[in-house]
Amino acid sequence: MPVLLVAEQALNGLQYGMMLFLMAAGLTLVFGVMGLINLAHGSLYMVGAFACATVAASTGWFWLGLLASLAAAAAAGAIIEVLVIRRLYARDHLDQVLATFALILVFSEGTRWVFGSFPLYLNLPPALSGAVTLPGGLQYPLFRLVIIAVGAAVAVGLWLLISRTRLGIRIRAGEADREMIAALGIDIARLYTVVFALGAALAGLAGALVGSIQSVQVGMGEPVLILAFVVVVIGGIGSIKGALIGAMLVGMTDTLGKALLPGFFAQFMDVSSANTIGASLASMLIYILMAVVLIVRPQGLFGARV
Amino acid sequence: MGQAFTRETWINLLIFTVLVAVAVFAHLSGQGFTVTLATKAAIFALAGVGLNLALGYGGMISFGHAAFFGIGGYACGILASHAANGTPIFAFLAGSNNMLVIWPIAMIASGLAALVIGALSQRTSGVYFIMVTLAFAQMIFYFAISWPRYGGEDGLSFYVRNNFPVMNTFAPIQYFAICATLLALALIATAVITQSRYGLALQAVRQNSQRSKAVGIRPYAVLLTAFVLSGMITGLAGALYADLNRFVSPTMLSWHMSGEIMVFVILGGVGRLCGPVAGAGIYILLEHVLGGVSEYWQALLGLMLLVIVLFAPGGLIGLLSGRKRHA
Repeated sequence: MPVLLVAEQALNGLQYGMMLFLMAAGLTLVFGVMGLINLAHGSLYMVGAFACATVAASTGWFWLGLLASLAAAAAAGAIIEVLVIRRLYARDHLDQVLATFALILVFSEGTRWVFGSFPLYLNLPPALSGAVTLPGGLQYPLFRLVIIAVGAAVAVGLWLLISRTRLGIRIRAGEADREMIAALGIDIARLYTVVFALGAALAGLAGALVGSIQSVQVGMGEPVLILAFVVVVIGGIGSIKGALIGAMLVGMTDTLGKALLPGFFAQFMDVSSANTIGASLASMLIYILMAVVLIVRPQGLFGARV
Repeated sequence: MGQAFTRETWINLLIFTVLVAVAVFAHLSGQGFTVTLATKAAIFALAGVGLNLALGYGGMISFGHAAFFGIGGYACGILASHAANGTPIFAFLAGSNNMLVIWPIAMIASGLAALVIGALSQRTSGVYFIMVTLAFAQMIFYFAISWPRYGGEDGLSFYVRNNFPVMNTFAPIQYFAICATLLALALIATAVITQSRYGLALQAVRQNSQRSKAVGIRPYAVLLTAFVLSGMITGLAGALYADLNRFVSPTMLSWHMSGEIMVFVILGGVGRLCGPVAGAGIYILLEHVLGGVSEYWQALLGLMLLVIVLFAPGGLIGLLSGRKRHA
């Protein structure tokens, strides 16, 4: 296996992992702070992608589209928090699952109604398209490097936000004791709306970035949502650090597995069955990883509670 | 058993009677399509009865029951397709198109999957349990998609419905009779199980696992047993569903399917015997009615679900019987 190919796949895995981190960070914040399981998180990802594609196509400015994705997803998040999610905090997880499953139906079919069933495509601005030559001679798409950088910046930003700011202190306090911080005069309802909108904006950003390299279509958020769940389970609920490390593990395992396993099996069997076995094993690999983590640590790598 | 007929028992009987009456009436007035809809409702109800055992009586929020539904379906499809082209599955194991052979195999296969998934998922609880069961179902979903031997993404068709002794399974009303009978048997089994000593232990574990430990009940074994039984019933429903369509595909394994089975249970009433029957019936009815209203009927369905969750948490039977759930 040539070294360059492995390096390229490792970068792809890193990029994939960063995208998963943007998704998982919002999920894990909402889990950790509000104890809420939100299946509609993938819909917010979709909202971000559609907002970016629409605004970028009509104005011709990709950056404006990116801003629109943040704004639209945050707004959609705030609206569903106020209208629906707010009523679910005190309910059991079952009601949360059902209600947010219903939200998925509403979002998906609503989007299909407005935009139709055909995928949209985003054009990257010239400054971000094309490839760069990395040390070692590897040609790599610039935009994927941008995604890695954005993911890293968000990780640092979230860490600073939570450890250094007043909002972060409130988020951590809300995680520890809801009644106590309400008694201290903090508007807990508004805090929850803000946290939910923040998580939604991150999902929207991920949607816009991924929509720019693939396509924007109804239902695009669902496979990503499941992967984000896997990341959160591996990393441990409520832990941003866990989400980052879990996302890297999942991104790398998935990408490298898909790239390398067929070749590995071809060493000792014929090519077609090696491809079949390699592909099916590769697509299950992250779930196997998750099972192993759970057997060793049921609360996830960095989770405090079971 | 042992208790007087409560209002809820009458409601349960009524719900089942309505389902059968709809099918019989449709058959007599020559509406084969409606009979098929009722059959679909009975099969979905059976899948829900399976999930209800884990979810309602065991308190285990499984979001991966599509795995068992799909495994049951694939067991049926694989056996039928091998029977059709006469090739063995393994060296000596032949296919079959006899439902009496297919059902136990489907139930054993889904039961084994439930044993493995349950044994691992039991290590977690709460949100983790929901997501872990979901992820295991995804694992099987992706396996089915990337395994070309049995159709991969395109699924597996078998052109002839499997046989049942004496009956003509092609006649819609006869196939309905088979499915409705199995549904009735599963309901009776659930009633017997939940009111047995084991069922009381399950209830004790759901309500307070610490205290049940103190009186000598092992929560792990009790819950795992419920999970396996639950998977087996849902797997049987999957085999029936495959036969209804004469087709299986990874869609049966998808997480949307898990969500839908859960919707049947919650819509009707969690932990209530006939909740899944009412839920599946209403779901099929809504699908049919709303589908006629708008192409985007799923959005309407979603809105109705939201209203139900937010304002009628006991489900339909909760509304009708006016009794607190798990009284």
